[in-house]
Amino acid sequence: MTAASPSAPALPTDWRDFFALTKPRVMTLVIFTGLCGLLAAPVPVNPVLGFTAILCIAVGAGGSAALNMWWEADLDAQMKRTASRPLPAGRMSRESARDFGLVLSFFSVLMMAVGVGYLAAAILAFSIFYYAVIYTMWLKPRTPQNIVIGGGAGAFPPMIGWIAATGDVTLMPVLLFAIIFFWTPPHFWALALFVEIDYAKAGIPMMPVVAGRHSTRRQILIYAVLLLPITMLPFWIAGAGVVYGASALILSTIFLLLALRVAVFRQGVGEADMGPEKRLFRFSVFYLFALFAALVADRWIMG
Amino acid sequence: MKQMPQFPEDPEAERKRIIKQRNLMLGGLLGAMVVLFYFISIARIGG
Repeated sequence: MTAASPSAPALPTDWRDFFALTKPRVMTLVIFTGLCGLLAAPVPVNPVLGFTAILCIAVGAGGSAALNMWWEADLDAQMKRTASRPLPAGRMSRESARDFGLVLSFFSVLMMAVGVGYLAAAILAFSIFYYAVIYTMWLKPRTPQNIVIGGGAGAFPPMIGWIAATGDVTLMPVLLFAIIFFWTPPHFWALALFVEIDYAKAGIPMMPVVAGRHSTRRQILIYAVLLLPITMLPFWIAGAGVVYGASALILSTIFLLLALRVAVFRQGVGEADMGPEKRLFRFSVFYLFALFAALVADRWIMG
Repeated sequence: MKQMPQFPEDPEAERKRIIKQRNLMLGGLLGAMVVLFYFISIARIGG
């Protein structure tokens, strides 16, 4: 964050702008994966406590997103994709965004501790710290591996959901964490390949900007290759049944083929033709939704 | 996300409208929290 600050808004901040600070679209994925972790756990969950756990995960994610926007207001102002956010657009003061993020973060952890359990609350607190401090403030502006590290932040919700249900850390929630952790780099690097100019302008050391497209494409493939056995692990250790196993195999194979198309047959293509990269990005979103839906379906169908 | 008008015709009326909406939203959220904590208490007492 730099010393420069947008001027204070002339009007009070609209509640919709506070809501925008929580990155609602990202929150959709957070809620979905958190819910899947909760529903896939092998124990019955009280609906009220289950709802509370998901609410806390969502509010915690919203709080850390607000802190992220507070810290990155100057960077957001330089990128077309983010320039209309409440802070760079001057519709909100920085202090309001910071305080809003802190209140949401604190409240989500407190409510998780009181309503659900201390272990889930501790992991939620760490996930907020990880995203807002370790990722946003420390590593994102310093290393082209920022996406790999940031993947850890997005990987916490299903783990927290599972632990909220069981009250215990076992291999399965760790595997759910690992799936999102290894899914994140190919997902975001596919996006970064076709919005590369924006990141370069803002000075964020995104992989295509620092290491070049060739290296980025190769690393997308490496992560896609690793993702296939990792998504099969819940089936191999009997943590999930055949519905999940078959879905994971089919989805991960398609993911790998799309990544292969991006990595191997794309040397020397122009910027205009980014079809395979866009297809991989779009499929990666569907992939994660479908994989976690299969995990829940498997638990409910196979018992 | 809806863009706020940069120069509203009546800034004072716009200010009051925004504050009223925010107060309603905050009141609603606090009310929902009270109800949620009530149900959490029932759920935890029930074991």
